Amino acid sequence: MTASHTNPPGVPPAGGLPPAVPSDAAPAAGRSGAGSDGRDATSAAERPGAAPRRTDAAAGYRPSRTLPIVAEIRRQASRRRTQLALGFMVLLPLIILVAFEFGGGGDSDDDRNGGGAFSSLVDLATSGGLNFALFGLAVSAGFLLVVVFALFAGDTVASEASWGSLRYLLAIPVPRARLLAVKLVVALGYSFLALVLLAGTGLLVGTLRYGWHPLGSTIAAQIPPGQGVLRLLGILAYLAVILLVVAGLAFLLSVLTDAALGAVGGAVLLWILSSILDQITALGSIRDALPTHYSDAWLGLLSTPVQTEDLAKGAISAIVYAVLFWGAAFYRFTRKDITS
Amino acid sequence: MSALPRVTRRRAVTAAVVLVLLAAATVWAVLPERAAWTAQDLRITVRSGPAGDQPVDLDARFLLPRERSGKVPAVLLAHGFGGTKDSVRQDAESLAARGYAVLTWTAQGFGRSTGQIHLDSPDYEVKDAQRLLDWLARRPEVRTDTAGDPRVGVVGGSYGGALALLLAGQDQRVDAIVPSITWNDLGRAFLPQSAATDATGVFKKGWAGVFFGSSSGGDDPACGRFAADVCRAYLSMATSGTPDQAALDLLRKSSPATVLDRIKAPTLLVQGAVDTLFPLSEADANAKGIAATGTPVKVAWFTGGHDGGAGPGSDQDRVKFLTAQWLDHYVKGDGAAPGDDFTWSRVAGFSAMDRDLVTNGYSAPAYPGITGTGNARLTLTGSAQPIANPPNGNPAALSALPGLGSRLSSLLSGNVASDIPGQHATFATAPLTGSIEVAGAPALALRAASPTGEAVLFVKLYDVDPAGAPTLSAGLVAPVRLTGLPERIGDARPVTVTLPAIVRRLEAGHTLQVVVATSDQAFLSPAAPATYTVAVDGQLTLPTLVGTAISSPAAIWWYALGALIAAVLLGLVVLLLFRRARRRRRVIAVNQAYAGTPLVVTGLRKAYQDGFVAVEEIGFTVERGQVVGLLGPNGAGKTTTLRVLMGLTTPTAGEIHVFGHRLVPGAQILSRVGALVEGPGFLPHLTGYENLRAYWRATGRPWEDARFDEALEIAGLGASVHRRTKNYSHGMRQRLAIAQAMLGLPELLVLDEPTDGLDPPQIAEMRRVLQRYATDGRAVLVSSHLLAEVEQTCTHAVVVNKGRIVASGPVEEIVGESPSVAIDVTDVPAATEILTGLGVRSVTPDGASSLIVDMNGTPRAEVVASLVRAGVGVDRVVPRRRLEDAFLALVGDNSRGSGDR
Repeated sequence: MTASHTNPPGVPPAGGLPPAVPSDAAPAAGRSGAGSDGRDATSAAERPGAAPRRTDAAAGYRPSRTLPIVAEIRRQASRRRTQLALGFMVLLPLIILVAFEFGGGGDSDDDRNGGGAFSSLVDLATSGGLNFALFGLAVSAGFLLVVVFALFAGDTVASEASWGSLRYLLAIPVPRARLLAVKLVVALGYSFLALVLLAGTGLLVGTLRYGWHPLGSTIAAQIPPGQGVLRLLGILAYLAVILLVVAGLAFLLSVLTDAALGAVGGAVLLWILSSILDQITALGSIRDALPTHYSDAWLGLLSTPVQTEDLAKGAISAIVYAVLFWGAAFYRFTRKDITS
Repeated sequence: MSALPRVTRRRAVTAAVVLVLLAAATVWAVLPERAAWTAQDLRITVRSGPAGDQPVDLDARFLLPRERSGKVPAVLLAHGFGGTKDSVRQDAESLAARGYAVLTWTAQGFGRSTGQIHLDSPDYEVKDAQRLLDWLARRPEVRTDTAGDPRVGVVGGSYGGALALLLAGQDQRVDAIVPSITWNDLGRAFLPQSAATDATGVFKKGWAGVFFGSSSGGDDPACGRFAADVCRAYLSMATSGTPDQAALDLLRKSSPATVLDRIKAPTLLVQGAVDTLFPLSEADANAKGIAATGTPVKVAWFTGGHDGGAGPGSDQDRVKFLTAQWLDHYVKGDGAAPGDDFTWSRVAGFSAMDRDLVTNGYSAPAYPGITGTGNARLTLTGSAQPIANPPNGNPAALSALPGLGSRLSSLLSGNVASDIPGQHATFATAPLTGSIEVAGAPALALRAASPTGEAVLFVKLYDVDPAGAPTLSAGLVAPVRLTGLPERIGDARPVTVTLPAIVRRLEAGHTLQVVVATSDQAFLSPAAPATYTVAVDGQLTLPTLVGTAISSPAAIWWYALGALIAAVLLGLVVLLLFRRARRRRRVIAVNQAYAGTPLVVTGLRKAYQDGFVAVEEIGFTVERGQVVGLLGPNGAGKTTTLRVLMGLTTPTAGEIHVFGHRLVPGAQILSRVGALVEGPGFLPHLTGYENLRAYWRATGRPWEDARFDEALEIAGLGASVHRRTKNYSHGMRQRLAIAQAMLGLPELLVLDEPTDGLDPPQIAEMRRVLQRYATDGRAVLVSSHLLAEVEQTCTHAVVVNKGRIVASGPVEEIVGESPSVAIDVTDVPAATEILTGLGVRSVTPDGASSLIVDMNGTPRAEVVASLVRAGVGVDRVVPRRRLEDAFLALVGDNSRGSGDR
């Protein structure tokens, strides 16, 4: 089996356990029996009159110090899925680069499909580092980043529940609201890190390969590199905000279920459902309320001057949804019985 | 987890509420609001024709505002070519909702109206409209200026726009007009000539064909429902490319240009910048002609038109606003006089939402015409070049796609336009040093030579970005027919060519290319092949216009976003403060009676939502120094009790106090409790050691308080502590979990089935560890379903069954010798008799040869001696133990747990 046969559970060395309480405060063992009524008058009468500390919590325990952010970051960093997801964010721009290099020179005459905004991004992807990074974001925004955000936010509580470690965290006790808050902050942090990694790697390899050129789009004027970086940051910020909806939904599901896969998959599923509904123009103004309706509004940052109305609307929509989902998650988690 | 959630009342109510809300939202979004207007379809018969003797039956619709006080002003709303009254339905409804009586009709020759198409002839369509004014004046709901003169505005686009102009010129009863995307001179529109010569223009066959082909029905298959003279004019023009005088007269008659000086109704002219049929110059001519007589005129351009459609939303909103403002002031009499400021829009980029274009609106204090307020001059370079005219105009260059709808983006991003090699000459400027905001008609000087003395040329202005991609703004080309040309280019005299007016920002670094081509698919070029020589000399003049940006509504949304974020943050702060205050109150509340007692459980009850009662009522106490065993069969309620004790589950009733602090989920006093509940829970990807470290890190407590070495020694995992826990055996995990519970040496240790999975030597070790642990004022609570374990490990025991306490007290008391003894004898009746005589309390037969004797203080030796003396053989004397009594009495006869109740 294991080494346990040669190392049986050891008894602590003599005197290894320090007294739990000052000796004068420790009643002799077994002096008062366990009473089924639970009201042991004698023990109360014999108790020394020492005033208790204010909170009587264990020495060094402070609710606000439990589950420090750093501890949670390390908990998640050690997980394979975190490493894989972040690694793929670095890998994807490299894959795209290789595809462009060996994919036949990017002649776009064959696939002229009427010149939508998207096709112009494809055509321009190799025109410079900024455009390359932008292309990487554009192809990832629809699905990959959704999955990544859902993964980081949806896996966080449900996986602890499925390992059984959630109850031990709560018994420390980490206050439930704090546990959720730390988990959420760290999950969002990793999500944003993934986003930045994707854009940063794209910018780096794109610039190394295609050079430092203005950010181009076919309809608006080229944007000088300096301002192009700002626009790219704006796009990143908007994507981060709009994907809060996915993070919120996945987080809520993560609290509701013990199956991490269910939370991640459920959030992605609902996001796709919303995207499909958004394609059905017959739904009219209902579509405006769909969380995915403004998911492409970042394209407005590519025009000059920037089109920001949809950005604002999208941000409002995303924040409202995210706050609702997170609110529901906190409400539920601070009240539910942990049975996992 | 079960596949389907149990249907409880709460869930049902929640689901119902959600469903109702969803349904309400859907209905609210889908259902139209109660219309603010009433509509009536009717047929109006008017007398048409030059003599007013041809009855025409018009298919009309009359809309009235639903709520109106007194008589209301009217609007005559005309549709475009090929449309019917239904094409303007939405506009009619919104105008009616604004308080106008709206009369729409299908013009004669279209839809279900009778008659023929006369192209807005003053004798037919315009006369029909005059009769409709008569009809309006007779309506009791419509306000009149004088008898027979209704208060009325005329609104229409394209075909309807020209009708508005012609009607206002012919009938002074019209009070205001809003003609949009319409013509000034129909002859010039279909036979445009961009050069400053008198030669007839080039036939715009693309658009003419679209219109002529859009009429069906009628008696003559060649003419559809067109009137004979119109049909004849088209056929002759389309055949030869040059109109005869009759055709020119007919087109002239249908042109507002003839009546502009008679228009007294204030006019709002709306023209599209993406319109190869009626370009901006048509509205410019109308504006100048009407304003010349002192009539108020206002002009607005939008990014749209016959090629570009209704344009982006911001443009549509602006046009709607201007129309309403114009009518409200000049027809209804509401609102201040609209100024004569000029508004236009320019493409800013593509819209992220609908993958179409987005425009920015601008305004200038006065209408500058199509020559702008300033000029930019650029030098064109390029030598004279020979270009070939293809026979029958095939193949031909492509500029726009008439009638193929409104792909604004393709027209403005230059994906459509293409030129045929050998058929075009290119003249370019140097890259621009700064951006130029062009709004108006560029002009240049062209020289051409032709062996036939004539040439039809198409002059285009391309905006070429630094990457070399050309864009033909709005697909607009300048067709030129030059006559009297020399054979050699050296003899050619320059002629000024005015290109169609465009609205475009030319960016720095772009170059401009002037392309002179011999063919274009939208125009009829000469059938005979020929080779011309063309040259563009000198400068390209670009009219510029700088306006003030019309503020976009986006700002409001950003304020809303800011307010939302502020509200969320404020809500969060309030919530935090509230929670903190509540927690502080709770944390410092101490029940002094229990302040020194590790654990006091009173009246605990837990009923789950599905109605299952796991714990009926449990109460017990754990004092310092005790190892208390919570004993009971599976499902007795032990684990639920411990779950409540760890703050994982909220009890239905009852309280738990730990050192006097009431235990609620997350209570701080839990920091003095170490626990193993329901098996170990570790991060599988970490080693045992890392797991312990991660756990202690999560407590936020000082590292040295963890007492790591002691815990690791208790775990006894040796080198395995550095293996990942997912590879651990059950027993290893269990030991690691116990070690984790002991980290920091908590004063109360709660262990749920701690020996589960351990082998006998380990169990023995664990027993010693726990007994040691409870010294020095600590306490241990162990739950188990094994009697022996509790008996050997614990100082005290609490026996639970079916959610209730059945026995409790020090183990030696309940496990220790009971007053009763089991005696196996050879002769049961004799033994019973003897024993009864000894004065014991009771003798109960137990099986064939066994008796249970309650000794009542009689020594066992004396009992045995008495029996032996009496000759009764004693096979076995066994002291009975109370815990066993209790446990078996409860469990032995019925091994089913409370979970099976």
